[in-house]
Amino acid sequence: MAGQSPQDPGDKVAYVDRTAANAGPLAGLHARLLLFAPYEMLCRLRLQLGISGRGLVIAIPYLWLLAFFLAPFLIVLKISFAEVQVAMPPYSPLFTFVEDGFISIQASWDNYLFLLEDSLYINSYLSSLKIALISMLLTLLVGYPIAYGMMRAPRRWRFALLMMVILPFWTSFLIRVYAWIGILKKEGLLNLALTQLGLINEPLTILNTDIAVYIGIVYSYLPFMVLPLYANLEKMDLSLLEAAADLGCRPIKAFWVVTVPLSLSGIVAGCFLVFIPAVGEFVIPDLLGGSETLMIGKTLWSEFFNNRDWPLSSAVAVILLLVLVIPIVLFQRMQDRNARAEA
Amino acid sequence: MSEVGTAGNGARSGSSAARQLWAPWDDPNEKPHVQIVDVTKRFGNFVAVDNISLDIFKREFFSLLGPSGCGKTTLLRMLAGFETPSAGKILLEGEDMSGVPPYERPVNMMFQSYALFPHMNVEKNIAFGLKQDGVAKPEISRRVAEVIDMVQLGPFARRKPHQLSGGQRQRVALARSLVKKPKMLLLDEPLGALDKNLRTQTQFELMNIQEETGITFVIVTHDQEEAMTVSSRIAVMDHGKIVQVSTPAELYEAPSSRYVADFIGEVNILEGRVDQREGDHLIVQSPEAGCAIETGPFNGETADRPVWVALRPEKVRISKNAPPKSGRNCMVGEVWDIGYIGNLSTFHVKLDSGKMVTATQANMARLIERPITWEDRVYLTWAPDAAVVLLG
Repeated sequence: MAGQSPQDPGDKVAYVDRTAANAGPLAGLHARLLLFAPYEMLCRLRLQLGISGRGLVIAIPYLWLLAFFLAPFLIVLKISFAEVQVAMPPYSPLFTFVEDGFISIQASWDNYLFLLEDSLYINSYLSSLKIALISMLLTLLVGYPIAYGMMRAPRRWRFALLMMVILPFWTSFLIRVYAWIGILKKEGLLNLALTQLGLINEPLTILNTDIAVYIGIVYSYLPFMVLPLYANLEKMDLSLLEAAADLGCRPIKAFWVVTVPLSLSGIVAGCFLVFIPAVGEFVIPDLLGGSETLMIGKTLWSEFFNNRDWPLSSAVAVILLLVLVIPIVLFQRMQDRNARAEA
Repeated sequence: MSEVGTAGNGARSGSSAARQLWAPWDDPNEKPHVQIVDVTKRFGNFVAVDNISLDIFKREFFSLLGPSGCGKTTLLRMLAGFETPSAGKILLEGEDMSGVPPYERPVNMMFQSYALFPHMNVEKNIAFGLKQDGVAKPEISRRVAEVIDMVQLGPFARRKPHQLSGGQRQRVALARSLVKKPKMLLLDEPLGALDKNLRTQTQFELMNIQEETGITFVIVTHDQEEAMTVSSRIAVMDHGKIVQVSTPAELYEAPSSRYVADFIGEVNILEGRVDQREGDHLIVQSPEAGCAIETGPFNGETADRPVWVALRPEKVRISKNAPPKSGRNCMVGEVWDIGYIGNLSTFHVKLDSGKMVTATQANMARLIERPITWEDRVYLTWAPDAAVVLLG
């Protein structure tokens, strides 16, 4: 880079051509970068392919998703149609080359059929959905007052409050979940505090139950609920609440007929951000949940690592994705409808 | 302009006899509709409203006029119940309103931002207040239809606020605050967001609606022309205090202070000292004017203190010929600048003392025939009644 600095351009000179001159503040950088052979080649390629700058910018996230989401998914999809083999990797190849250049495809639905046969899997899915749904509602219940409080707080406090919501992210997720073990266990902080206060005589069994899982999920995913809600509530014009009061509406009722309907899109966004990852959650049920806590993430883990059944666990993952696609599509559709209503 | 103010109110009161008579604030037997008694509002160390007392009468169209930050909006918000007075009380029909929350006051407000509920259509926005009161459904739809008709929003009844223009939103806000037939309607800069033409038109609509409904209107505005047009009385405010409460005509013709004279319309203010008293007139010697000024009637005490004489530009005659009697009420100067605005011409004249004064003349003759031009030496004269004495 130093050799090509503006003071020492070598025998080449950076110039801004007619079209680039209109391209804004980065035109100069672009012209200077053109002196590098790889950048110049890329630019020439872009022109030859007829891709516009706008297209290029949009293409980058698409390529990213293609490389790191779609490709791995296709691999998982491929494995889900294979059979278990004692081999490395432990499944049969989907394509085998037979003589004369033919390719034989060996795919079986067996894994998917097995998911239907053994009630363990269906129960895991249902239990995951149930736990995710309840946790989502609990998170909403806890998160909404927090977001609302932040919105109504004096302006100079808001940043500090926002930081308090974001700050836990600076510590490892795993450590934070581990910390809950120390709080929830029989001789943990919570039981200690409650006994000291004389509220209970015998320590409560919370750790290794579904309740611990709910606590863990609500705690871990709270920022995902609070942040979209706050972003949404913050935009609300507070004079609307004054108008409601002026027209004879008590504050509590005004909350339900004005604030809540206006924050609906924030509620929906927060709920999806909590629900979708909670369905596939593995760490929290594994660390805080009991042996009878059934979640698809745990089932997937044991299928993959304990049974080394890669094809079956792939099938579990594919079905999980399909289950989650439904709410995502619903969400998208609602957003589209909102956008259309706005226009 | 001042004529419009009084005529507007007179027309509302019906016959020409009533036009003379309708002045409840001058009638000691009339009970005020709203009484503001020694009200002060402090925010920390800042005194927004400073010990204000004010009576507003039924069916009045009352304006709180002042520059931004003068406390007019705070006073309005105290009437609505959004702010509690730090001291003093507000009585509505003799009833103390302290401690009565906004949702229990028989008072409605039209917000500066309109504050329309974005998730409800026009009808639902208007019906909101009636719904809170538990009015029966058929009654709600009847009254909503009535006000929608009054503000001419029929074709837009099913639209959401964001599908309406600024003027239409303003009407929805007005309809929503009117539909509950409040004992007092508070309007916070109701026309502030409209462009000039629409504002003028809406001012007259507001006056018609006020007359039709008979509701007491209290309006906050910083636009003196708007206040003059619509009001029965105006309270001019400055730094949390009321400077003068008068009818628009009185405010214009007999301002009580330099602040008011300056705030309402254009004015020339000349400093001087009282020389002598002639009947109820004063003779003021003004070095600034370069002549003695015979003023209109003035009864106040003026002993040995500087006074100011307010002179409206349109009441000053301008001429190139010296008047026959030039000792009093005659300033001499040079035309510095001429502002031609079609119907009027404004002459900026530099007096021999260096003071700039303004004289306005209606252009009854064609422009080409205008006799006065730049650098002409001119004589400015006026009738004694045009000169108003101000003490501060």
